[in-house]
Amino acid sequence: MTITKGDPATPPGTDAGGTAGSARPARRSHVPNEGTAGAAAIERARKAMLHEARDLKRTRIGADVLCEAMLRQGVDVFFSYPGGVILPLYDVLGDYPELRHILVRHEQGGAHAADGYARVTGRVGVCMGTSGPGATNLVTGIGTALLDSVPMVAITGNVMAALLGKDAFQEIDINGITLPMTKHNYLVRDADDIPRVIAEAFHIARSGRPGPVHVDITKDALQQETRAQHPTDEEVVAGLPGFRPNLDGHPKQLKTAAAEIAAAKRPVILAGHGVLHAEAWDDLLAFAEKTQIPVAWTLLGIGVIDETHPLAYGYMGMHGWKHVNRAIQNADLLIALGMRFDDRVTGSVGTYAPYARIIHVDIDPAEIGKNVAVEVPIVGDAGRVLRALTPMVAAVEPATRADYFEQLAAWKTDSVASSWHGSGAWRDGLLSADYVVERIGELSGHAATYVADVGQNQMWLARYTGFRQPNSHVSSGGLGTMGFSVPAAMGAALGRPDRETWAITGDGGFQMTFQELMTLVADHIPVKIALLDNKKLGMIRQWQEIIYAGNYHSSSLPGPDFAKLADAFGIPAFRARTPDEVDPAIQAAQAVDGPALIWFEIAEEQNIFPMMPAGKGLSDLIEKWDGPDE
Amino acid sequence: MSVDPESNGALPADLPPGALPARTTPPPTRALPGGGETRRHVLVAVVLNKPGVLNRVASLMRARNFNIDSLAVSHTDRDDISRMTITLHGDDVAVEQAAKQLYRLIDVLKVQDVTAEPTVQQELALVKVRATDSTRAEILRFVELSRGRVVDLSDGSVIVEVTGTESEIDAFVALVRTYGIKELVRTGAVVMARGAGSIEEAIKR
Repeated sequence: MTITKGDPATPPGTDAGGTAGSARPARRSHVPNEGTAGAAAIERARKAMLHEARDLKRTRIGADVLCEAMLRQGVDVFFSYPGGVILPLYDVLGDYPELRHILVRHEQGGAHAADGYARVTGRVGVCMGTSGPGATNLVTGIGTALLDSVPMVAITGNVMAALLGKDAFQEIDINGITLPMTKHNYLVRDADDIPRVIAEAFHIARSGRPGPVHVDITKDALQQETRAQHPTDEEVVAGLPGFRPNLDGHPKQLKTAAAEIAAAKRPVILAGHGVLHAEAWDDLLAFAEKTQIPVAWTLLGIGVIDETHPLAYGYMGMHGWKHVNRAIQNADLLIALGMRFDDRVTGSVGTYAPYARIIHVDIDPAEIGKNVAVEVPIVGDAGRVLRALTPMVAAVEPATRADYFEQLAAWKTDSVASSWHGSGAWRDGLLSADYVVERIGELSGHAATYVADVGQNQMWLARYTGFRQPNSHVSSGGLGTMGFSVPAAMGAALGRPDRETWAITGDGGFQMTFQELMTLVADHIPVKIALLDNKKLGMIRQWQEIIYAGNYHSSSLPGPDFAKLADAFGIPAFRARTPDEVDPAIQAAQAVDGPALIWFEIAEEQNIFPMMPAGKGLSDLIEKWDGPDE
Repeated sequence: MSVDPESNGALPADLPPGALPARTTPPPTRALPGGGETRRHVLVAVVLNKPGVLNRVASLMRARNFNIDSLAVSHTDRDDISRMTITLHGDDVAVEQAAKQLYRLIDVLKVQDVTAEPTVQQELALVKVRATDSTRAEILRFVELSRGRVVDLSDGSVIVEVTGTESEIDAFVALVRTYGIKELVRTGAVVMARGAGSIEEAIKR
């Protein structure tokens, strides 16, 4: 028995309640005597911890307002991971069952999932994390969304406002970190500001050129009582005088564009992500069919047109189709819609499309003239511009372009014949990755969502799957984020549950974020994972072979037994090592009710061709490689 | 139509006659944005007076690889709106790109490159010049000629306030340098377009 310090005469537990004589003393010896200031302080703290008011009639706090604001914005699912300072939100989440919370296994996975969700639905994806490491883990995902103009709202908790700048536990200047990699960001210290800030964040994220917005909220703002009202849409717009995206093209520029189009003999349409953002695939088709202009697309523009359409010419750029790059180099007019002449698209700008005049339509004025000087700049939404431009151009009979089309068709035949199954690995009986993605496309009826990782797998997917529908292709184009595929597919599957969702990933990217396999299982998210395992960092190996004289450093990547790994998560796994095992494996995975993994052990040294070496132009494609001496 | 399989995607030198319109040869080289002649530009940005705006502007200029020569910020007639005068060196296309990037910031209301416009440009400098009994009179005469003003006079130095264009201040500084400059501070240029027009009136609707 311990004796209370300073009161040796009275055994502990002999308080007013009268437990004197009891054999078991109550363990309250550390509690100060009632009525003292110390006792009152402890009682206050205890009540605060227990949220005494909650069972009665809970007051509306900042965290409630955040949930209300998200519901008002139409959020049905968000991806998050709890932590110290965001706990006030988790404390009220139970009262908002309409908000589906997906507990990811790493914040980066949450950010990519929100990204994947946004890309297939066209709506704003939402991810959350706590302060400090939770927030910095989101950063890669936010950067991915910025470079690909994906509407996203990332919300983080931060330490109490009074502790900001004091290097408190899990405090980092996340606002300073996300400042250059978001469309806009906020720090909220007052619960009364939450409704306005969240409404503005969603408005900014989805309007004009979409992009990520980060909102950092201090813990006390989440806890604070508030009566703040939610703003109307008009109030939100009025409160942002510096944000007025220009949606309609200038009439004079449209007229100039129409004249250029009428005069062009070898025009090509370059369609990008902006057409998908504008949901303008029908407008694009109408315009292309009326003017009989072939459509080429960027990596993120995949899906703007059904690839089987006669005017669909192909995927352009560094690993694009030779015939497409050739048509661009040969063109006398490029009509660029919602794309930004990225260096992976143009190669060396000095030799890019030397005969072409360029009409550039983009909603972001800063994109026009940034990478390539253009003749006709049009600032506006791709859909609105196309709807305005189509009536201004004359209908063209296909026969008028017979020579041009004949040339294009000849190039295409040549290019497809020489590029198909590029390395010839399949002839040696090894499993060829392009064959795998082609079969996935075929067996899923070209109607699934296909989510790429980064590297060779991304390019194989882009070239050989066969895309028929808008927003069916998800890929980290600008930032090139390895590890994107599985978590982004998770979000994509939740956003479009009506479609099958395939994550096509290499063994390198897969090993970066496979912790989300557990999320797929826990939340029953039916993602089919096609793991293209060449036991290499394939694109790195390819560059080392061709550009760095075969100096293979760190490109060999031993992996685990992926079937056992999937099994450990409770995910059915299938394995294919030869071409004839491919179809049964795909069909078996499709038959699984829930997530499934197929381990494709592909040829270890297959390259992706053609390839444009960095710093070279579209006419300098490497189509095959037999070693430097041959 | 036949295709030369060895051409490797490169353009054929000549197309078959009559197939397509002839093209100019050799192919012209496409101009690179930002490759022109460098000169001094003055940008005026009208921004919302909010915490962090200066950071956003500065961070953007750094990230986009622009070097700011001088930057002057203050609020305007309206407390909620600030005005920045940014001078930087670059070719016309690069600076236009900087202006467009600035315009993307949500807190930026208006950006204008006033380099080519008739403007009034003023900068203020404080110069602490070493002054002995023998040189003081001479320095004061230069100050008078440069329409400067002595704002502090002490045993071994004078502080001179001069206002004028960048080059006028450069000239004054060069003039007094021989006496020894102990300290020099310049505000950076502030600029206003001549005439009745107003940048602030024309802020985003």
